[in-house]
Amino acid sequence: MSKTILELNSLCTGYNQAKILDNISFKANRGGMVSILGPNGSGKTTLLKTIAGAINPMGGQILLQNQNTQDIPLKDRSRKIAVVMQFEQAAHMTVEEYVMMGRLPFFKPFQFFETQKDHDMVDKYLELTDTLGLKDLSFNQISGGERQLVSIARALVQEPMLLLLDEPTAHLDIGHQKQILDLIHTLKERLNISVVIVLHDLNLASEYSDTLVMIDAESRTVFAQGTPEAVMTKEIIQQVYHTDVLVMKHPITARPAVFTARQKTTQEAKSYGKNIL
Amino acid sequence: MDKKIRQWLIVLILLFMSLILVSFLALAFGSSQIPITEIIDILLNQKGTASYHILMGIRLPRIIIAIAVGGSLGLAGTLLQGMFRNPLVEPYTLGISGGASLGVCLTIIFGLHARIGVVAYPLSGFLGAGLVIFAVYVLSLESGALKPHSMLLTGVMISFVSSSLVMLLMAVSKSDDLHNIVFWIMGSLDEPDLTLITIVSIGAILGLVISLFHCHSLNAMALGEEQATFLGVDTTRTKKILFITASMLTGLSVSVAGIIMFVGLIVPHFMRLVIGADYRILVISSFLGGAVFLILCDLFARIIISPLELPVGVITGIIGGIVFIYVLGKHQVSL
Repeated sequence: MSKTILELNSLCTGYNQAKILDNISFKANRGGMVSILGPNGSGKTTLLKTIAGAINPMGGQILLQNQNTQDIPLKDRSRKIAVVMQFEQAAHMTVEEYVMMGRLPFFKPFQFFETQKDHDMVDKYLELTDTLGLKDLSFNQISGGERQLVSIARALVQEPMLLLLDEPTAHLDIGHQKQILDLIHTLKERLNISVVIVLHDLNLASEYSDTLVMIDAESRTVFAQGTPEAVMTKEIIQQVYHTDVLVMKHPITARPAVFTARQKTTQEAKSYGKNIL
Repeated sequence: MDKKIRQWLIVLILLFMSLILVSFLALAFGSSQIPITEIIDILLNQKGTASYHILMGIRLPRIIIAIAVGGSLGLAGTLLQGMFRNPLVEPYTLGISGGASLGVCLTIIFGLHARIGVVAYPLSGFLGAGLVIFAVYVLSLESGALKPHSMLLTGVMISFVSSSLVMLLMAVSKSDDLHNIVFWIMGSLDEPDLTLITIVSIGAILGLVISLFHCHSLNAMALGEEQATFLGVDTTRTKKILFITASMLTGLSVSVAGIIMFVGLIVPHFMRLVIGADYRILVISSFLGGAVFLILCDLFARIIISPLELPVGVITGIIGGIVFIYVLGKHQVSL
């Protein structure tokens, strides 16, 4: 079995005629996690939606196990790629009904009711995401962190080989951020799937990913990609985010970590002839 | 058996029983009372009597139309609310009924029914309804996403425009046509033409069957159109089919019964409270609920000022307007 699940070859995408991203190429492997980084408005979500199939690429290729995703019928594709967007909505469904939606790609023509297997799958992934207790609550009642967990459960019952996530930790406290990323990290290895994730937090991305893909808002393409050590450097972050930062090694995991300082501190230090950042 | 399926079955049985009950009530009550206990006896053994003719010739066709029209409108409301993800849209608030009525008026004025027969009414209603759904959809796409308020305002404006155009047609029409239009606009379930009754009934059942085939897609679309695509639903195709279905249901209803407001709002909303938002059950229960609701409303319209009759739209309009304001407050949809 080939290790590469997803391969982008000089992908070009955008809305209508407006080109948002150009010449994007990277690979995502089975059991691996690729984080897409970049400033606000650099097109990270657009990239994710293009891979997911919601936006048609303007050029280049998206290969899923060497097959062009546009050639894969919609229903087959939904059994291979699952997507968790940033703001999941669910009308008035219960958590169980919401997660059951992930079984839809497996419904046969003329099948009206879900099977026992569907119920078992839903229970299994609710348990894995530690949300089985929320089963009968309304999706709109539960907290933001719980919604993310339940959305991930819904994506996993699709039994995908590729899981796409758009900022799953946005608006969550540090405890929930860690809980969700730990969960994704464990599950991708356990289920042997590939994860492509859009993240804003550089330190979390560095901590959890195998590969970082840094997108630059001005050139609209990949500025740097590779291991966290190769991408998370002072120079690259300065050029992409136009911000002075300090990059150090995490004292325990030895992954690169980014620090910033208040403007005043930076200026004071400069006036003493020291450039702290 | 699954707890959910058992609940659904109970609701369906209750709805069926209500339907039979209100049908018998509607058979019994009216300008001349027929005791409920004697109805079956009259239908089976007393052919040719006056009571038999009242039941078979007047009241039964009216009940069949109420079932077809009420079911169609309840179903059309459910489909539209599902596709637009907005609890306030229904054939009337989106201006679809208005478009259908304009189509039917044009048919009356130009005497199309004389040329192609009685089929002209449902056909023109369907075309009018279809044009409005298309216009509302395109206009709301133009103004960005399908925003609830912009869509409703567009719909209400289309209603105004089409009712103004209907008035324009009335002002310039001959007195014969004028009488026909006024009579039809008042909205009544009194329809003597058997062909029309058959067309509307077949249309309603066809609409129900098509909707049942798309209830999984409607469920997925509740998660947003994009997410529905990720779940393997061809949203463009689903919307095309369901928009055409909703236009057909509305167009046929309007062509036979005039504009009956808010059935498509009240019924699905009530059903959602009772049974939840799963379209597999919502589609059927809205159809049956719409039928029960309209038979009841029509019964009231017939007996409140008996022997005179109120247009049934008056009753649904009053109840529906109140429900609309209630839903508006509850969902805090900004207008």
